[in-house]
Amino acid sequence: MSPISRGFHRKREEAPAGRVPPGQYVTRDFPVLSAGPTPHTPLSGWSFSITGGRETKSWTWDEFRALPTDTLTKDIHCVTRWSKLDTTWQGVSLDVLLGMVEYESRYALAFSDGGYTTNLPVADLLGGQAWVAFNYEGAPLGAEHGGPARLLVPHLYFWKSAKWVRGLRLRDTDEPGFWENYGYHIYGDPWREQRYAGD
Amino acid sequence: MDDAAMDDFAVDGNAIAGLLASVFGAEMTTATGTCGSCGTITMVAELPVYLTEIGTVVRCRSCQSVLMVFVSVREVTCVDLMGLASLT
Amino acid sequence: MAGTAVRGRLTWQTVTVGTVMDETPQVRTLALSVPGWPGHRAGQHVDIRLTADDGYQAERAYSIASAPGEPLAITVERLDNGEVSPYLTQDAQPGDEFEVRGPVGGYFVWEPDTGGPLLLAAGGSGVVPLHAILRHRARTGSTVPVKLLYSSRSWEDVIYSSELDFPANGVEVIYTLTRSQPRAWKGYARRVDEQMLAEVAWPAGQGPLAYVCGPTSFVESVATGLVGLGYPAGRVKTERFGATGQ
Repeated sequence: MSPISRGFHRKREEAPAGRVPPGQYVTRDFPVLSAGPTPHTPLSGWSFSITGGRETKSWTWDEFRALPTDTLTKDIHCVTRWSKLDTTWQGVSLDVLLGMVEYESRYALAFSDGGYTTNLPVADLLGGQAWVAFNYEGAPLGAEHGGPARLLVPHLYFWKSAKWVRGLRLRDTDEPGFWENYGYHIYGDPWREQRYAGD
Repeated sequence: MDDAAMDDFAVDGNAIAGLLASVFGAEMTTATGTCGSCGTITMVAELPVYLTEIGTVVRCRSCQSVLMVFVSVREVTCVDLMGLASLT
Repeated sequence: MAGTAVRGRLTWQTVTVGTVMDETPQVRTLALSVPGWPGHRAGQHVDIRLTADDGYQAERAYSIASAPGEPLAITVERLDNGEVSPYLTQDAQPGDEFEVRGPVGGYFVWEPDTGGPLLLAAGGSGVVPLHAILRHRARTGSTVPVKLLYSSRSWEDVIYSSELDFPANGVEVIYTLTRSQPRAWKGYARRVDEQMLAEVAWPAGQGPLAYVCGPTSFVESVATGLVGLGYPAGRVKTERFGATGQ
């Protein structure tokens, strides 16, 4: 049994009841959790691609930024138990991006600069649930938080919101991505506390 | 020393000396790892380590391939060494 | 693999805080009492684990500040947005308990017969394990020549200044103060660069051994610079603390 360290507690903020999924605490911080080095892809070399549909569809940065955008405020929930409330973002909805592709696949693997991947059902990318976000709190998304653009899927644990996202591979089967391969849940619903495989 | 500087947020194998000792039962920072992708041989103490609560990722200094991953799942440490060709 | 390392404990042991001493407004040294402490080597560190009353645990690694043969002590810098360092530097009182694992580390260690001349390069709190090395050198009567290049934000942020102001025979301390300097400061006033290293470091031909510790960006810059001056990569030992956001 570990001794209690008198007076030590996790930094936490108050949250309205029912606002935060089970096992989470609220923070004002925005911790940087990275599995690898921060990429620094110049915008001139950036593209977002969707493969696995009838044809591959790709956007340059300028083409991407010409698409209609949403400004949204969402809570985000990290599997490491912190939640951050009312975060504001600006991004292009996956409804817009996937709307420009013909496909039949039910699953997607999001892939990022540096090799990170995460898997999601296509249904969780549609219906106003997912964006490719390029602004955070009104300013361009910083590199350490996934800039120039990251996937944003706030209804799932935040490891699904892949930083430095460069595209989606549409697939017929749900193949685990980076953290899913190492023991994290294949789906990751914070409200059902699906943190690890088997939860 | 490799030409590319290590990412500012990375630590090195020294930082996980305790984790490695508890997993392997021995002092590992002076052990050498061979990258399974590019063959680069590096002392564990000098490998870039991305240490976060979601998991700890040890990468090749040269090609950034993942060499080792440590994840704590329900208080059990799961270890994946698949990226290493050898660790001696 | 472990060579002649002192066998560290691989399990968590309860530790009691002894005396605490503020080195600077942000930095505190804590003497720790561990039953059956096996001793440690200069340059090693310990893992510390705190447990809250709701069961939440947080772990961090801290370099050992004291020399082999001295009681265990760690020096902790308080990080903005830190979770463990604010507790250790402000809240922990003599008699409080937490857990320690170690000592650990068989790479970034020095004994007198490791040799020299030594170039110790410290970025901020990277001075802590190098301080243990200096104390070990003094306690063993080693005459290995040492230069300590210590980069700090300001004079007020220099840790162990009362000791470093009176270095032992054969030890030279060179400061660089990167953000603010006292009036009439005649020393270096910029981040370590190749020019500074060329002026300060032992010439490669003397077969020096370097220990570089601090934020990752500092260590990368200094280690690359030393290799550029002809130090064999195997003679430059490194310990990186990540990004402290300072």
